Amino acid sequence: MSLHRETGAEIGRGLAARRYSSVEVTRHFLERIERANPALNAFVTVTAERALADAKRADARIARGEGGPLTGVPVAHKDIFCTTGILTSCGSRMLANFVAPYDAAVVERLDAAGMVLLGKTNMDEFAMGSSNETSFYGPVKNPWDTARVPGGSSGGSAAAVASRIAPVATGTDTGGSIRQPGALTGLTGFKPTYGRVSRYGMIAFASSLDQAGVLAQSAEDAALVLGAMAGHDARDSTSVAAPVPDYAAGLEKPVKGLKIGIIREFFGAGLEAETGAAVRAAIEAFRGEGATVEELSLPNLPLSVPTYYVVAPAECSSNLSRFDGVRFGHRCKDPKDLLDLYRRSRGEGFGAEVKRRIMTGTYVLSAGYYDAYYLKAQKVRSLINEDFKRAFARVDVLMGPTAPTPAFAIGAKTDDPILMYLNDIYTIGANLAGLPAVSVPCGLSGGLPVGLQVIGPHFAEERLLAVAHAWQRATDWHRRMPGAYA
Amino acid sequence: MTLTRRDVENIAHLARLEITEAELPVYAGSLSAILAFVEQLSAAPTADDVLPMAHPLEGQVQPLREDRVTEIDRHEAYQANAPAVEAALYLVPKVIE
Amino acid sequence: MSAVANGWETVIGLEIHAQLATRSKIFSASATAYGAPPNAQANLVDLGYPGTLPVLNREAVRMAVKFGLAIGARIAPRSVFARKNYFYPDLPKGYQISQYELPVVARGEVVILLEDGARKTVGVTRAHLEEDAGKSLHEGLGRMSGIDLNRAGTPLLEIVSEPDMRSAREAVAYMKKIHTLVRYLEVCDGNMQEGSFRCDANVSVRRAGASELGTRCEIKNLNSFRFVERAINHEVERQVELIEGGGKVVQETRLYDPDRDETRAMRSKEEANDYRYFPDPDLLPLEIDEAFVADVRAGLPELPDAKAARFAREHGLSDYDAGVLTASRELAAYYEAVASGAGEPKLAANWVMGELSGFLNRDGLEIGASPVDAAALAGMLKRIVDGTISGKLAKDVFEAMWSERKDADAVIAERGLRQITDTGAIEKAIRDVMAANPGHLADYRAGKDKLFGFFVGQVMKATAGKANPAQVNELLRKLLAGP
Repeated sequence: MSLHRETGAEIGRGLAARRYSSVEVTRHFLERIERANPALNAFVTVTAERALADAKRADARIARGEGGPLTGVPVAHKDIFCTTGILTSCGSRMLANFVAPYDAAVVERLDAAGMVLLGKTNMDEFAMGSSNETSFYGPVKNPWDTARVPGGSSGGSAAAVASRIAPVATGTDTGGSIRQPGALTGLTGFKPTYGRVSRYGMIAFASSLDQAGVLAQSAEDAALVLGAMAGHDARDSTSVAAPVPDYAAGLEKPVKGLKIGIIREFFGAGLEAETGAAVRAAIEAFRGEGATVEELSLPNLPLSVPTYYVVAPAECSSNLSRFDGVRFGHRCKDPKDLLDLYRRSRGEGFGAEVKRRIMTGTYVLSAGYYDAYYLKAQKVRSLINEDFKRAFARVDVLMGPTAPTPAFAIGAKTDDPILMYLNDIYTIGANLAGLPAVSVPCGLSGGLPVGLQVIGPHFAEERLLAVAHAWQRATDWHRRMPGAYA
Repeated sequence: MTLTRRDVENIAHLARLEITEAELPVYAGSLSAILAFVEQLSAAPTADDVLPMAHPLEGQVQPLREDRVTEIDRHEAYQANAPAVEAALYLVPKVIE
Repeated sequence: MSAVANGWETVIGLEIHAQLATRSKIFSASATAYGAPPNAQANLVDLGYPGTLPVLNREAVRMAVKFGLAIGARIAPRSVFARKNYFYPDLPKGYQISQYELPVVARGEVVILLEDGARKTVGVTRAHLEEDAGKSLHEGLGRMSGIDLNRAGTPLLEIVSEPDMRSAREAVAYMKKIHTLVRYLEVCDGNMQEGSFRCDANVSVRRAGASELGTRCEIKNLNSFRFVERAINHEVERQVELIEGGGKVVQETRLYDPDRDETRAMRSKEEANDYRYFPDPDLLPLEIDEAFVADVRAGLPELPDAKAARFAREHGLSDYDAGVLTASRELAAYYEAVASGAGEPKLAANWVMGELSGFLNRDGLEIGASPVDAAALAGMLKRIVDGTISGKLAKDVFEAMWSERKDADAVIAERGLRQITDTGAIEKAIRDVMAANPGHLADYRAGKDKLFGFFVGQVMKATAGKANPAQVNELLRKLLAGP
């Protein structure tokens, strides 16, 4: 059976046409997971029983004629989303015993759309990483080359979809954690506008930057899943009340006359040659189809990474204070007093990168340093935001590379945090400004996938999806998959 | 900005993280590198009229919730995750005031 | 105050935490009711579960605005919630959501009435919204403490005064004023036993005439007016003795121990905490527009100062009496109903502040639980005014009304307490007394004027206290004078 060669949307159509049942589809993916996961380590938890129960329910709905485009289609959730009764580890020893008592909004909504829960995917610990090497559960391997990283922090979701052991998966993106793994594994990785999707039940890393999104095989799949996930949630004060358009219906919108801006600062040093070439070629192809291309300077954008590495650690240092061994999560053995309880529970529960970021954040917020670091960074964030605003006054979308290099070897960058941080050099800006952005496969470098990043103004999801869809109708990069998993 | 072991000890204490003797210099090194890296920000042209951006969407204001109780007592379910509970209280080593 | 007498000046500022009387918590939809079993009112948001987020309670905002308007403060059109970061078991998220640089209520003031009748304006620097922490229980758990998070997330209004008070008495007057105000506004029930109204005092001393402030100490969690006064007085003594002895006051947090009547340094709140305040990214700026403020303003009750001024002006009461009668909205409403029902405000004031308050205190009742309601008391006062009973007998009537829950007319009728005003009857009683006491009569007529009182007493006894005293006096004088 080659159901795994179908996209999520295609499976949905197949189910609706009764070509197969959701139970059959689900079994197929569960078997693939069982075979492939030991080598890939994409899943932390596989929820076989739950998946089959979901599938049965979906089949019943379809039989009653009550199915939608996603009913019966399997999905994997990044282990950052709370799922009732299921381990929700966030890739950390701190939560290795945490069975969530509630569902995240994202989980509720995809459940309501009839999707089938295959399991929870591996991730960088507390979403902090760009290679999925910081997980308590061990690194995730890139299906294209298992000696290489899949990117992070949504590495498990990316590996799962890239190897087609799940048709589609959810992820979160704080500095590029959907788009960058999407680029490194040949997927369509979509991060919506900040506030478009509820953060309720999504374990917080950096609250003003985090957004939930999709790792998908195609713009169509991204459109369907995003459409089901998005929308106002009164439980998240930062969730936006604007109505959710029918993203799938908007895919075919023509992109003729599209005004593309390319970010001059993104094509400088650090961009690997073949990656740069593939991205430029893609942009040229758009020009060939009638788009105009203009080079723009966003002069403050090079400060994105340092800005991010002040703001994100600051927020996470506070967000992670709740992990103290008192009400849930890891507790050290025989704490001798309160201080010991805190220090050892947290010292044992958190890995090195998380501790580094907590300490960086604590430092930049501390008395005497707040103005020079945190306040300054928030001001630079304004400058970056203004750069984007000026750019979008001239162009419809910005294009550039998603990542500076294709997938690198496991262990290649773990000794140097800054080197690792620079993987997000092109993606972070969109998080700082809350902009929607997508990475679509546009070529190969040394046989490894390269991603083209498209950034839009606030709430331009439809436009981005239409651009991605147009690209995917004219090319087949997104249909390629690593041979071992075909 | 170079951090000393003392600095790391202080930060680790504020953050309630146990850092071993052996780890102190390692963290001092990596934290110093990170702080040196973010030093670039000090050169950015943020004159007095640039406002700090705490939220990415301008013009968003805090929504208000009706004052209604909708929660029921589910402490047993919630305390299933707790490391130490007695008489429905979360237990911690005694705190003397 | 001995310290001031020696050339020292005391400077006091108060921080009051008032629990707002909302039904649900400030950032979650859990109940705020006092006394629930441990952790029965702590939901996932209150417990700080991963992935949970705060959503602001509109009523908490309304209550803060109400308070701000009542103290004449500016309501910030835009205010920001900030995280105050520190670790403590009763603080589930490891940070308290509070307000720091931009509070919802900016500078206002209240006027306090001092004992000598003088008025003093005390500035309120700011008032801001924040969430309360949970509670720790230390008994019966061995070497462990037990954490109850029912209280975590209850809305608090932190009211910060300017350091304008110069004595413990002033501080208590201010605290009472705020206490009265928040209850008038129905934003807080003011129940200090249950912890809904808590006070911290910042106390420092300086040489009289000095312009710089001395080092201050914070005395925490004073939960009665009496403790506030004693704690401040004790602290002032301590600081003065320390400085006069050559020492220096160390800035620290101290706890008042009521059993020993002393303050001592707190052990665990230790090292000055670096709270690392920053704007909470999960909450957007709170914007309050003119319409919101106008709506709240329209719902304000008549405030205690205005009400007291009106009583003084319209009822001719003294400032002091008006102040006492407006200490609570319920008492003021009771008094006003009695005053208008009886048509005699001063009489009403005397009875409400006198007998009624005495009985309420004796039985430990609040005005709302008085067995004698305003209409009943007014009815009784009318019987004094119309001469049915004398003022003296009225006390007995009141006592009967209180314990038997009857109205005045019923008691008067049942006990036959109608005042005797019939001249003939009184004359007869007088003649009977005169006849029964020929010796005293002779002495009086011989010049012993003091015996008049004896005769009055005898006549009242003979008439069971019911004879109209004025008539007794008049007729007795006439008859005693001579045939």
